[in-house]
Amino acid sequence: MVVADAELPQVAPRGRVDWTPYLLVLPTLAFLGVFFVYPMAQAIWLSLTDQQSGALSLTNFRRMGGDLYFIPAIRYSILIMAIAVPLQVALGLVIALLVNSRFRGHSAFLYLTAIPIGISDLAAGLIWLSIFTERGYLNAFLDAAGLAAQPITFLTYEHTSWLIGAIVVTEVWRATAIVMLILLSGLQLIAKDYHDTASIFGAGRWQTLRHVTLPLLRPSLQTALIIRTILAFQLFATVVALAGRQIPVLAGEAYFWYSLYRSPNVASAYAALILVLSAAITFGYLRLLRQRELEMTA
Amino acid sequence: MTLRRLGIYSAVVVISAWVALPLVLITLAAFSPREILYAWPRRIWPERFTLDTMLFFVRSAGVLQSVVNSLIVAVLTIVLAFLISAPTGYALARYRFRGRDAVQLAILATKMFPATVLSIPLAVAFIKWGLYDRLIGVAIVHATLSIPFVTVIVSSVFVGISYELEEAAMTLGSSRLQAFLRVTMPMALPGLAAAAIFTFVLSWNEVFAATILTLNNRTLPALIINSVVAAGAPLHYRFAGGFFMVLPALIIILLIRRYLLTLWGVTVR
Repeated sequence: MVVADAELPQVAPRGRVDWTPYLLVLPTLAFLGVFFVYPMAQAIWLSLTDQQSGALSLTNFRRMGGDLYFIPAIRYSILIMAIAVPLQVALGLVIALLVNSRFRGHSAFLYLTAIPIGISDLAAGLIWLSIFTERGYLNAFLDAAGLAAQPITFLTYEHTSWLIGAIVVTEVWRATAIVMLILLSGLQLIAKDYHDTASIFGAGRWQTLRHVTLPLLRPSLQTALIIRTILAFQLFATVVALAGRQIPVLAGEAYFWYSLYRSPNVASAYAALILVLSAAITFGYLRLLRQRELEMTA
Repeated sequence: MTLRRLGIYSAVVVISAWVALPLVLITLAAFSPREILYAWPRRIWPERFTLDTMLFFVRSAGVLQSVVNSLIVAVLTIVLAFLISAPTGYALARYRFRGRDAVQLAILATKMFPATVLSIPLAVAFIKWGLYDRLIGVAIVHATLSIPFVTVIVSSVFVGISYELEEAAMTLGSSRLQAFLRVTMPMALPGLAAAAIFTFVLSWNEVFAATILTLNNRTLPALIINSVVAAGAPLHYRFAGGFFMVLPALIIILLIRRYLLTLWGVTVR
């Protein structure tokens, strides 16, 4: 607290409240209120009211739950998340550690591996479509290597696991960069003293990584996990580009109910579901990680 | 030691190839003649490059207009996002006040929450408010999405500029506002430009909200996704579109590379 006091300039004379910071913050809060909090409440309200009569009812949730695509959408969303997120975190950690080792050329490597954060889910889906489509680059490579005389159809509903594999590969390619940047900035906050101390006590590289770096990196790992998990529920354009509706996902269903079936209320039910799932997962992660912390200190 | 170096460099080569290869391939596809993309055996390297595929895409119905729309939305988003979040970023960097942590948390929550999904209830509200199918409506949602990023960059920029310089200017007789405009602003400009560029990318790339909130005035991603879903656009259109959307990203990430860690990292320095 003392440090914080010293860092921040004292503007207000003691005893009087300076209203300037509140005035500066006001536009953001007002804007978030209207365009973030209000639609959140509106999503829940819409999902609980009947589209025709406007009366309170569970019709929308019944229509959502009764839809053929509903169960698969939940299943595939969770499945894709469960495979892609650990891969993103593992690969992101490897890249961050590599950059942080400051080998010659590490800044060019950082730039290259960060490029995907500027690429949209739609563009990423289209890029990998050019690879996985029937006359795509994957088949061209297989043909050149003499492994496929005829093109193999990868993106077909007959091979759901291949479709999911293509989506996971695309998501890992696109979103690892975000994880990497979170972890890298976490790594750079770790004071060098820790590593020096570890090596004085004779710890090898792996031991230092396991017992010093990773525990200290926990807050960043936690942030990366939560952000990626929540964003995984918004998975939409990648799936549409690669699989259309053959692999239904939650955000995709929200889109189809809104623009295809013209039912903002059922679409809102999906939105509300995604909100609840995201909140539950964030809460779950935080609980789980805090419990571990207690066990470790006990 | 050399073994370790060898390990590092082979990992770097493999990962670099993994990131770069798809970008090379989509570039090849976008400049290959159309026949090659549908032929079997499929050539990887076309014997000649052509602009036909890209020109076909650019000349397709609605594409040019949607590019213009995307640019307008992006500019509006930058203006809105700065008007709304730059003062907050400045306040978080320069003032200590009650509720500062709560404000930071509220802003962080927008990054954590699945905000794009909120465009569905917003569409209903926008119809009432006369903002539906209008570019400003899309820009408002994009500005909401960019608030956490702009705030955090702006605040890190001002934390990096010593307040004592402003104080010095004030002792020399300038007002607080003058000191800010003449002393701090010029030093803050590069960082603020990076925030603007990132906001541009965010808006340029955003698909879901743009699709939900527009009908005739599509942005480029909304147009492409609609022509994929509803019209079954041909493959060469999709590849050219993908390449066209990626192009700005390559340049833009290069421009803002100094701020990459600030954008997603918890803190800097």
